[in-house]
This record gives sequence, structure tokens and C-alpha cells, in this order.
Amino acid sequence: MNPRFTSLGSFAAGLLFGVGLMLGGMLDPARIIGFLSFAGTWDPTLGFVMAGAIPVHALGRYLLRGRSVLCSDGQPATAARRVDGRLVLGSVLFGAGWGLSGYCPGPMIVALGAAPWLALAPFVALLAGLALPRLFERLPTSRS
Amino acid sequence: MMIEPSAWLLALLGGVLIGVAATLFLAVTGRVAGISGLLRATVFETGLRLHPALLFVAGLLIAGVLGRWLLPSFFGVAPAPPLSLRMLGGLFLVGVGATLANGCTSGHGICGLSRLSKRSLVAIGVFMLAGALVVSAMSALA
Repeated sequence: MNPRFTSLGSFAAGLLFGVGLMLGGMLDPARIIGFLSFAGTWDPTLGFVMAGAIPVHALGRYLLRGRSVLCSDGQPATAARRVDGRLVLGSVLFGAGWGLSGYCPGPMIVALGAAPWLALAPFVALLAGLALPRLFERLPTSRS
Repeated sequence: MMIEPSAWLLALLGGVLIGVAATLFLAVTGRVAGISGLLRATVFETGLRLHPALLFVAGLLIAGVLGRWLLPSFFGVAPAPPLSLRMLGGLFLVGVGATLANGCTSGHGICGLSRLSKRSLVAIGVFMLAGALVVSAMSALA
């Protein structure tokens, strides 16, 4: 594909994704915490984000079927990989951090654009967390 | 349940835009739009050349810049996380967890669930369970 087209498309995808996150309420940590409050007053809004995104992307995957798909970091995405301890441990830590902060990585980047000085320290904490496991392991990684 | 009709309609629309964006990224790069992986690649791997990962992350940043002015009501009480130990610790755990699990809410939640990946189904179930436990524990302590 024309590299200019790839670049423009990647930027447009990020912009569109960011607008979708904002409209979906993902920049409001109270909504995230409300969505995770199954025991209290549950706020189902984020379920509607998933309900909008998943069928649309499933259709997109169907239309692009036959194309090879790589993980975001360029590693091959093998469809059937087993569930391992690393996936479960990572998911527990991710969920705990998501519940504590109300932010996941996408909304954190959008927040950095919206208020760079306010968001800088939490953004650096996110980057430190993303980098840390890679310092301890140079093993081939399992894929989503 | 506390939800007003406009909020769920907007959330559905936001979700559709996210689904279109993930499809556009896949179409032009052949890669999954997993944001934790793209952010890690941008900051630690590809450097500052005009890589698709960098451009996607730049698009998210510009969305925030524009949203701050055009969609201010979507940011809750503050446009960014308030500075606290809970916030810093929470985002650090989000980062460690996303790297270990090889994906976050976008890669597992949107892209993985769209193709019914078994690993993504497990990841999303565990994300939500662990998040719900932490939220209940925090509200019990508060």
C-alpha cells in the first residue's frame, strides 16, 4: 500500500478512535468505576460502547478476511493460543489498576492530549508499567 | 441502573466509531489496533520516525486536544486523572498488566472479542472481575 496512504489512515484511525472513546464516556473515570460496580449502582454505559464496537469490527474483519493480521507490535497474531498464567496474572493486575484509576491506556493518551500537564505523571506511571515486564524477560511472548 | 437515553445512544455511536477506527487501522497497516502495544512500540521501540504506531497515538492525542474544546462535557470532573497515589499506582498496574496479558481493553476487548479469541474472552472476564473486586473493596474502605 502507498506509504502516504498508510500514514494518513493510521492517523485518521487514531483520531476517530479517540473521538469514539470520548463519546463513549471512556474519559470519565466515574463511568468506568460505575461500570465495574456490580455490587452497587451499576452503570451499563460502557456495555453500549462494546455493543457498538464489536459487531462493527467483526464485520470489518469479515470484509478484510484473507489478509494476514499482525499484532499491534508487528508480531504474528496466531488465532488459537492457549490461556496461560501470564495472561491471567496480567489481566488481574490490569483489572485492579483499571478499577483503582478508572483509566485504561487509550483514554490515558486522549487525556494527555486534553490536559498535558495534569496527565503527565499518570502517563509516565503507565509507561513505566508497560516497560517493566520487558526488562525482566526477553522471552518470546504469548499473543492475544 | 443509572443511565439516561442520550448517554447510551452516544456510547453506542462512540462504539461504532471505535469499531470503524480499528477496521481502518487494520485495513491500512495489517495490524490489530491494540493501544497498549502501539503505545509501547511508539515510546520504546520504533523511535520518532513516522511509523503507523506513532501516527495512531498522535491521532489519539489530537482527539484529546480537540475534545477538550469541542466535547468538554465528556471528561467528567477533570480532563485528566487527578494526581494521587491511587491514580499513579493504578496506571502503573494497568501498564504492567497490559504488557503481561499482551493487550488491554482495545486489543482484547474490541479486536479480540470481535474474532471470539479464547484468550481475549478470558482476559476480559478477568479484567472485569478484578476491577469489580477492587471497586467494591475501595467503596467498602471509603
